[in-house]
Amino acid sequence: MKKLRLKWLFTMALRDAKASKTRLLLFMSSLVLGIAAVVAIQLFSTNLKANLRLQSKALMGADYIIDSDEIPTDRAQEIIDSLKPDASEVTFVSMAAFPKNSGTKLVKVRGMEGDFPFYGSMDTRPVAAARNYQKEKTALVDATLMLQYNIKAGDSIKIGELTLPISGALTNIPGATTVSTSVAPSVIIPKGLIEQTQLLQFGSRKEYQYFFKAADTLNLDRLEDELEPKLDLVDADLDTHTSTSRRLGRRYDNISKFLNLVAFIALILGCIGIASSIQIYIKEKLASTAVLKCLGTSSLQSFLIYLIQVAAIGFLGGLLGTVIGVGLQSVIPYFLEDFLPFEVQISIDPISLIVGILLGILMSVLFAVLPLLSTWFVSPLRVLRVDDGNLAAPKTVQIAIYFVIVATLFLISFWLLDDFIYALSFIGGTAVTFILLAGVGLLLMRIIRKQFPRNWGYPSRQALMNLFRPNNQTLVLITSIGLGAFLVSTLFFTRDLLLQKTDVEQSASNPNMIILDVQTDQRTELKSIIKQNGIPVLDDIPIVTMRMSKINSRSVDEIERDTTREVRGWVLNHEFRTTYRSELTASENIVEGSWQPTSDAFDKIPISISENVARDALLEIGDEVTFNVQGVLMPTQITSIRSVDWSQLQPNFNILFPAGVLENAPQFNVVTTAVADEAASARLQSALVSRFPNLTIIDLRQAFILIKDILEKVSWVINFMALFSMLTGIIVLIGSVRTSKYQRIKESVLLRTIGARDRQILKISALEYVFLGLLGSLVGVLLAIVATLGLALFVFQEAFVPSWVPFLVIVPGITLIVVIIGLSNIREVLGSSPLEVLRKTN
Amino acid sequence: MSKVLKVSTVSKTYSSGSKELTVLDDISFNVEQGETFSIVGPSGSGKTTLLGICAGLDLPDSGTVTLCSKNLNELNQDESAALRNEQVGFIFQNFQLLPTLTALENVSVPLELQGDSKAASKSKTLLEKVGLGDRLNHYPSQLSGGEQQRVALARAFSNRPSILFADEPTGNLDEETGEKVIQLLFELNQQAGTTLVIITHDMELAERTQKILKLKGGRVQEIRETLVNNPVR
Repeated sequence: MKKLRLKWLFTMALRDAKASKTRLLLFMSSLVLGIAAVVAIQLFSTNLKANLRLQSKALMGADYIIDSDEIPTDRAQEIIDSLKPDASEVTFVSMAAFPKNSGTKLVKVRGMEGDFPFYGSMDTRPVAAARNYQKEKTALVDATLMLQYNIKAGDSIKIGELTLPISGALTNIPGATTVSTSVAPSVIIPKGLIEQTQLLQFGSRKEYQYFFKAADTLNLDRLEDELEPKLDLVDADLDTHTSTSRRLGRRYDNISKFLNLVAFIALILGCIGIASSIQIYIKEKLASTAVLKCLGTSSLQSFLIYLIQVAAIGFLGGLLGTVIGVGLQSVIPYFLEDFLPFEVQISIDPISLIVGILLGILMSVLFAVLPLLSTWFVSPLRVLRVDDGNLAAPKTVQIAIYFVIVATLFLISFWLLDDFIYALSFIGGTAVTFILLAGVGLLLMRIIRKQFPRNWGYPSRQALMNLFRPNNQTLVLITSIGLGAFLVSTLFFTRDLLLQKTDVEQSASNPNMIILDVQTDQRTELKSIIKQNGIPVLDDIPIVTMRMSKINSRSVDEIERDTTREVRGWVLNHEFRTTYRSELTASENIVEGSWQPTSDAFDKIPISISENVARDALLEIGDEVTFNVQGVLMPTQITSIRSVDWSQLQPNFNILFPAGVLENAPQFNVVTTAVADEAASARLQSALVSRFPNLTIIDLRQAFILIKDILEKVSWVINFMALFSMLTGIIVLIGSVRTSKYQRIKESVLLRTIGARDRQILKISALEYVFLGLLGSLVGVLLAIVATLGLALFVFQEAFVPSWVPFLVIVPGITLIVVIIGLSNIREVLGSSPLEVLRKTN
Repeated sequence: MSKVLKVSTVSKTYSSGSKELTVLDDISFNVEQGETFSIVGPSGSGKTTLLGICAGLDLPDSGTVTLCSKNLNELNQDESAALRNEQVGFIFQNFQLLPTLTALENVSVPLELQGDSKAASKSKTLLEKVGLGDRLNHYPSQLSGGEQQRVALARAFSNRPSILFADEPTGNLDEETGEKVIQLLFELNQQAGTTLVIITHDMELAERTQKILKLKGGRVQEIRETLVNNPVR
């Protein structure tokens, strides 16, 4: 066999590339952003993992923690004591009041004892406050909260019945994120003072935590294996710093995976752009390839010359993308900082860099192979003006290449997602999205062709016809512009939908303030205070807490010990907050059995359970469950199963008792009201908390603001990623416009030669790009409406009225960009003579 | 004298839709080593198809072509390409230079393909011979038609071919430039002792070769020797 002469092939590839460098560089740019996004996110998640591993102790502040939702039982306390905890705390959520200005706020009270944290730091202003607050019996209050309520060190804070001075502002404590602390900011007080708050009473949610410092030699995994089953039996739980960082790692992994996928889509988009540009590029190279074959180049050599060029584009694109990605990774933490419990230290992981470059080469070669194959099959006869027409690779080769492309994309997504089914779904989903975009694009093009407006003026008709010219890239452009428009519009519509939902929730008839932990003896006075403030009481819901004791005559302990059980563990240990009433609310529907509104039977109380409990506890109609209600066993029978819309911001229940049974059981109440504005809310909260310090008040309007804020941050991240697709689309567009430049100039010169004026040429080109931009963005926005409609129907269960904004902003915006890029192509034709242009372009 | 090209009973048919078009019908002839040979005929007579088959760019439907002692029917695409690289030179009507390569690089390609380490210096000598010593680094688009055809001539002789096929070599040139190119072609051919097969419309040019094959409707109308071979006539 003839020698390949690799060196010569590289020389030829370089010689040829020199003459086409602008175009090749443009092809390369299509890749750059996708690679940059993948590399940035890869680096970021690698750093995140490394940081989690390195900072796992500092994140937890201890080596391990034992926690319990109740005061530890004697047996639990024995285990805890035997391990000698170095610090402990009790935490609960409560209202805090600032006597200085009567401000009230829901806070997380942390009663601390001992020198926590052992790792990382608790930062305060002044610094000494963190050291002295236990000795001086003072409080440390979240710095943002102090700022919001204009509180200074030296002012006092009232928690329940306890009033104590604030010695400092808490700026950092292990494990806290901005988002978590904005719901209920932390207030740290000495544990010994908790008793005086008188808040640890029946019905309040609390957590007891014991912090341990271990010797470096202690095997934490083994300790966990040994202690976990014992602690389970006494309703306590063990978390080690390693298991916690693993759990956190998994959570952030999911974010990284999502971002990775969006980046990967941008990359695929760029590659499709490359494939389509290469097709036209190679078409122009076929004459040269035929000459080379005449001179003795083999098919493989001819193919390799251009493959080397494409691989070099991939290499350079990968390299440049990687460099940009390295720069970008420092931007990502900025978008995610509020969700992260620590500052991510940026470092450069060489594997991500290599992956970036390899991905560039692999993806560009993969997508370019099919158009490149025509250099293999072109006949040397072409030099003799004989066009034998057959350039395409045989069907089997084409199928094999498509298979390799799909398989490689699958492998890359499998690598990114680490889950076979997810990877398959992603590839399937992406394919469906592309097919839908292309399908809608094709449909619109067909409609235009069929309903061609023959009565339009010449420039408009010519512009429309140009969309169907030979070698057109209309479909690729519609798909890439469409994808960008689709992502941005879906995001816009979904955000609209969510905000619309919160707006509805905020209307007067819906509760927007929930008052928890109302004791039976406080109900009457509380309601009268609310009414005195001119505010209605919307609901007064009794809550009875209970645990499952037996399911169908098997004790819960027995089921728990059964290693083959299929019942989910949480059901067996959960303290259910149940209610009783004779009616169903708007957010629940009976899906099975029949609802019994009242009952006086105490042997088989007819109850209703939610679908998720039925599923997780494997319960059916007719099954019997015995509940332990504060020490009293109550046998019940399931007579109905309800679907519950948990997304409704109102108290919903897993277990529902009929009226007539639980009235005398120990209970507390949840009262809901609707307050008109922030001032009224503050007045009412202040009045209630000063009278009943044990109450927990949730102002949903604040929660809505928080949701809005989080939504804003999430949409920043998604918008940022959508930008990659959009920019890639624009680069593909520039590449495509550039590729067809010569053809367009020739056409314009021809038009000019037969008498067309500048204005007419400009109009034809401008209109063509207007059509292209309109088609692409409309396809995207229309698909976004369909996708959001699906979300509205199946996820949010809300009516969806699309806003006009995407039509008024996204469609014209994208169209304008497309027109500007398109018109840059014929700039040199305008204002110069046909001969001048021809001479220049030849 | 040995035969460089031996064509026996070659036929070629193209199908266009349901119609079959016989472009070459039972063509046989030989070209001797060092001979100059022209193939003439009106448009559509099958000249270009015959050239393609003779040079191993295409295969006949029936009959055999032996080029430089190799039966082309028995070679695959790449073997034919290798044979062309070693034994065959080409000149085309529209020059067929590679637009992205300089004059020097264009001439070097056949030598580089052979792995000749002196490709550049040999090509430079050849370009100087055709009078383009000052145009080595010019791209085809920077050269006139005549200059481009001279680069093509240099390239055709660069691999010292046994046989050179010229397809309408003056078709795209004005009379004066065409004449200069033809003189150069014969001069170089004589120096190298290469077999020359010219395809042309131009009877005046054909008469300057030793033999003429006249094609008409895909068949050989006549093969005759010219005055060049028989000055007495």
